[in-house]
Amino acid sequence: MFFLRRLLGMAIVLLAMSFVVYGLIGLMPGDPIDLMVMSNPGITAADADRLRALYSLDEPLVTRYGHWLIAALQGDFGFSRVYAQPVLDIIGPALWQTTKLVALTLVISSILATALGILSALRPGGKIDTLVSFISFAGISLPSFWLALILILTFAVWLGWLPASGMGRPGEEGFLGNARFLILPVTTLVIANIGGVTRYARSALIETLRMDFIRTARAKGAREPRVVLRHGVPNALSSVITVIGMNFGTLFSGALITETMFAQRGLGKTIYDAILGNDYNLALVALLFATFATLIGNLLADLACAWLDPRISVI
Amino acid sequence: MNALAIAVDNAPWQRRWRRFRRNRTALSGLYVLVALIVFSLAAAPLEALLGIDANNADLLSRFDGRSATNWLGHDELGRDVLIRLMYGGQVSLGVGIAATLLGAVIGISIGLAAGYFGGNLDALLMRFTDGIIALPLLPLLIVLAAIDLTKLGFSADFARSSAASFYRIVLIIALIDWTRIARLVRASTLSIREREFVLAARVSGAGTVRILLRSVLPNVIAPIIVACSQVLGSVILFEAVLSFLGFGIAPPTPSWGNMLNNAQELVATAPMLAIYPGLLIFITVIAVNFIGDGLQDAFDPRAE
Repeated sequence: MFFLRRLLGMAIVLLAMSFVVYGLIGLMPGDPIDLMVMSNPGITAADADRLRALYSLDEPLVTRYGHWLIAALQGDFGFSRVYAQPVLDIIGPALWQTTKLVALTLVISSILATALGILSALRPGGKIDTLVSFISFAGISLPSFWLALILILTFAVWLGWLPASGMGRPGEEGFLGNARFLILPVTTLVIANIGGVTRYARSALIETLRMDFIRTARAKGAREPRVVLRHGVPNALSSVITVIGMNFGTLFSGALITETMFAQRGLGKTIYDAILGNDYNLALVALLFATFATLIGNLLADLACAWLDPRISVI
Repeated sequence: MNALAIAVDNAPWQRRWRRFRRNRTALSGLYVLVALIVFSLAAAPLEALLGIDANNADLLSRFDGRSATNWLGHDELGRDVLIRLMYGGQVSLGVGIAATLLGAVIGISIGLAAGYFGGNLDALLMRFTDGIIALPLLPLLIVLAAIDLTKLGFSADFARSSAASFYRIVLIIALIDWTRIARLVRASTLSIREREFVLAARVSGAGTVRILLRSVLPNVIAPIIVACSQVLGSVILFEAVLSFLGFGIAPPTPSWGNMLNNAQELVATAPMLAIYPGLLIFITVIAVNFIGDGLQDAFDPRAE
């Protein structure tokens, strides 16, 4: 029941989002017919009107949205103006690129954040805790585009160890050669992401370590590492995963920044380039896919929580 | 009101301020923020004192180093870097504070309505809030910022002006930054509305608006202040990244974000141009976040 309601909620969010963004795109600079007229001086005003009617651009917004929605529900998301390809052909590889970036970031930042959270929860207010708390605050407060610039400056310009941007050529430099291109983007995103998760991991674990069953475990004579790692951490983990799930939207915003800074054709950069290039259908569909991926991420996090913590029931 | 009543009235605020002062990181955050505000406001006096014009492009002095009148050297158009950083601070801090306050107005209205009326309205408003929180906000902000103002009926001159880019970015950030404030206000309102003094106000015939403004709102001020201080940092970061991507404050008006516009291409030749504005954003946001954390501890009802 819960699961069905979540799916219904996702459908409503996507529908509302598609309508709002469709409407907003009508307000963006550059009318598609005007752009055609600009690139081909042979088109007369009468031709322009005919084209407008041909593409149903003279109809009211709601009618046009209806046409778009019916086609989209049948799997036809239309074409990109700039690439002259079906938008799905562009979004597919971009989605894969972003998934690689986000998945790597999630894995690395979750492990690091949980470890840092454990370290500081062991002695709240101690030296390590103060240091970790400062690192978390720094991570939250760093503008990630600037962090990317500084990393490029340090590792690509001054030290020359890593490529400044791009994605490598598949099959040419091998897997490891291409993986080098992901190091700086993933580092940027991990640093930007780690602060918030660490703070939640810390407070969740401190809260858990105050509970009665921890006292029981200690009273039984369990050693401190076992108390923390076996009894404390698994109980704190579900709230950490909830936070990670809630942060998927933020993570995607971060992916847009890093992809743009490091010239990687992911979903975020696709949206950014599409809006800059007046390629509005591509922007709309890419934004919907990004929203969909974010909502799926939230849902997966909730399912993972329920799997880890039998007290929560989702089905 | 006699002196005793005033003293009693101010007591919780004095206690909060005492607790805030004891937090060394929060207090230093406050000092740093005040220093940054003074730094930004000193732009015009210093410009006059040094006898330079920071908006004046001088291609002969591109990338020139420091001198007696240009303390941090020149940028890629030969403008003075220090003065532009100071003016940029006014814009970045101004956008941050304005967008936070506007978002607070939206969040307070939604939170009060959801918490006080409850029921279906509450469920609907909170679903809406959760929906916004889950969205990838940066691409959405870019879409909102790319709107052509002339299609909304504004004149072309206004749409191109720096003032328009300021109002637009404040408005669109406010449209997404109210969610945390709304949730906190709702939670506090839920507990306040059951209290005796609200019932007393209702029994004595006060209207809904009066109850909300005179009985409920003053009692949820503390969480609002904490939430605003925690939102401000992320608002400043949103302004910076939008301006950096070319969808925020329109040049030549400087903001710390748009001063980094060309920094990526120039990072190898003039690294300091890329370092200064970002460092200022970082220092500002970390100071604000320390203050927010300190306020949260100081206003924590469990500590009262």
